[in-house]
Amino acid sequence: MAETFSAKSNDTAALAARLEKRWAFMMVSIMALLVGVMIFTGLHWAMMPPSRVETINPSTLHVSGEFVESNLGSAVEADGSITVRIIGQQYSFTPQCIVVPAKTPITFRVTSADVIHGMLITGTNINSMVEPGYISTFKTEFEQTGDHLMPCHEYCGVGHEAMWANVRVVDKDAFSKMAAKAGRLTCDL
Amino acid sequence: MISNRRLMLAHFWLAFAVFGLAVLLGEWQMFIRSPLHGWLHNPDLYYRSVTAHGTVMGYVFPTLVAMGFGYAICELSLGQPLIGRRWAWAGYIMIIVGSVAAVVPVAMGLDSVLYTFYPPMIGNAFYYIGVVLVVVGSWVWVVLMGINLNAWKRAHPSAPVPLPMFANVAAAYLWGWTAVGAALELLFQILPVALGFTNTINAGLSRVLFSWTLHAIVYFWLMPAYIAFYTIVPRAIGGRLYSDTMARISFALFLVFSMPIGIHHLFADPQVGSGFKFVHSVFTAMVAVPTLLTVFTICASVEIAARLRGGKGVFGWLKALPWDNPQMLALAFSFVMLGFGGAGGLINMSYQLDSTVHNTQWVTGHFHLIFGGAIVIMYFAIAYDLWPHLTGRAMQHLGLIRTQLWLWFIGMIVTTFPWHYVGILGMPRRMAYFDYTGMSAEAVSVIMSTVGGALLVVSAILFLVILYRNHSGSRAEIAPFTFSRAIHEPTSLPLALNGLGLWVGLMMALTITNYGYPIARLIGLHDAQVPAVFIGAKR
Repeated sequence: MAETFSAKSNDTAALAARLEKRWAFMMVSIMALLVGVMIFTGLHWAMMPPSRVETINPSTLHVSGEFVESNLGSAVEADGSITVRIIGQQYSFTPQCIVVPAKTPITFRVTSADVIHGMLITGTNINSMVEPGYISTFKTEFEQTGDHLMPCHEYCGVGHEAMWANVRVVDKDAFSKMAAKAGRLTCDL
Repeated sequence: MISNRRLMLAHFWLAFAVFGLAVLLGEWQMFIRSPLHGWLHNPDLYYRSVTAHGTVMGYVFPTLVAMGFGYAICELSLGQPLIGRRWAWAGYIMIIVGSVAAVVPVAMGLDSVLYTFYPPMIGNAFYYIGVVLVVVGSWVWVVLMGINLNAWKRAHPSAPVPLPMFANVAAAYLWGWTAVGAALELLFQILPVALGFTNTINAGLSRVLFSWTLHAIVYFWLMPAYIAFYTIVPRAIGGRLYSDTMARISFALFLVFSMPIGIHHLFADPQVGSGFKFVHSVFTAMVAVPTLLTVFTICASVEIAARLRGGKGVFGWLKALPWDNPQMLALAFSFVMLGFGGAGGLINMSYQLDSTVHNTQWVTGHFHLIFGGAIVIMYFAIAYDLWPHLTGRAMQHLGLIRTQLWLWFIGMIVTTFPWHYVGILGMPRRMAYFDYTGMSAEAVSVIMSTVGGALLVVSAILFLVILYRNHSGSRAEIAPFTFSRAIHEPTSLPLALNGLGLWVGLMMALTITNYGYPIARLIGLHDAQVPAVFIGAKR
């Protein structure tokens, strides 16, 4: 009697283990599928988070090098793409209003003059940390014209909630007309 | 058999007292930044409150719960009095001293740096020293758990280690190792600046070191809840644990995979290359596996309880569950919140989707749903289950307990769902003020969250009242405490599942492979040493 009971118990134990293994296999497959989707979108659409590690001295930003005051804002590159350079500092962005053309490849290069900041552009998936000592570089393209808000999204001190900028996406032709007049564009001008 | 009731009650009461205060701060913050209140003239008050809320909820409250519960598990599952009682009290006192040292300068506005520190902003050194003391106090517990387990194993050679203690020690070792990241940041980067020995800091390196702690700490918070899923709930609802082996595998996997994944918090950062971001993203996907295994084992255990109670049919057994039992209710609520929170987590960890929600209110919603919801509701359940054994008095007012759990569940849903939504609309986290002009969707959502927060405050007060009133109830004969029994109880276990050596080794090895290179490279980036910005300094 005891033997048959233990045999039965072994059967159910084996059944329980089999069910468990089946579930574990299913779950691992689902996670593998998700990772597969990530790899596919990453390679196929080149959708990846920023990848470059580039340093810069925050205490000389304004006086020399790429991020001098006169070099901030939107610039047209030789290949027709746009490079936008921005500095974040307690508690503002320079420039405060950024103008870019729609349907044009855009590269953002952003850094901080003091503490850690962040930026996102509402209604888009543009989202980056802005850190002193490092340059954040990321590429995007705006499909439509329109105005967006650009808040600082990382706590940077007591005035953090007041740190906002604006992004104005204008028609490609309108932008070319503006660019013909000035080398570096901002909508503050 | 519990011989150190006072020690455990001291941990739990301090945990729940500071929790109550931090809940009030949280609701105040939500009110202040909602459209119900105008612009706060001194926004620093808000950031002080956020710093205190985060420090208490992130470091003090869950650590004390894990410690108090851990001491109880140690005595109850091993059946031996705690070894190192004096050390345990010393650790407790360190946590009190550390908490006071940290919170006083925060209240004075000298340390509005949030619990994530954010160098190169640097505040008063006492805050950081206080946090270090809290961590060191908890490390006393980590060591004691290891010592107690080893003493038991020597006395019971080749006997299976009880599952609750296996899981408890896994939690302790996880915390011991994950706290190292923030400890390195505090001791080698922040404190030298705060104490005036140097005035520059590599903020990118700090963020990487903090991420070492930041993700696995969530799994440390989660461990007591999971221990309750496996070892309390099935017994409390009259069922059996489906599988002891799978439980051990899940806890071992948590130990291994919750560590080497923290860089998924840094997808939008410029100081880590995309290769390591990708590696951490993949490992984050793997840490979902032990949770999914847990869902199966616990649902199966619950079904066993229902069938033992006469439940029939494919889904009909759900009706046979003891829904009036607080443990059943807490488990169900916890799983619902874990489901939504976990789905959100899969979005956060994915390499591409993260950029839509990074640092928005979505993230605030996500971790409140997981930690404040799925995990904290199980802390309540643990307290309700253990309290009679700590006070020697039966738990009365089951109706009140059910009301409390319902309120917490509804409150958490009403608070966090609108948060997720405004996050997608692009509302950033951590803002003392938001201009709602022309943004009615945001305004309505944030008001809903504030109302949800009010429900949470009511529920927290109710929880404290229920526990407090139990102390003055009439003494009763309390049946000895038991943990859930597995259907097939282990008689002997493979070495790997009867100890944590292998898993701790893997945890450390994976941490080094996934963090070693990024950290070494950042240490070498001397150009990235930037001047510190002191809180309150004139500029």
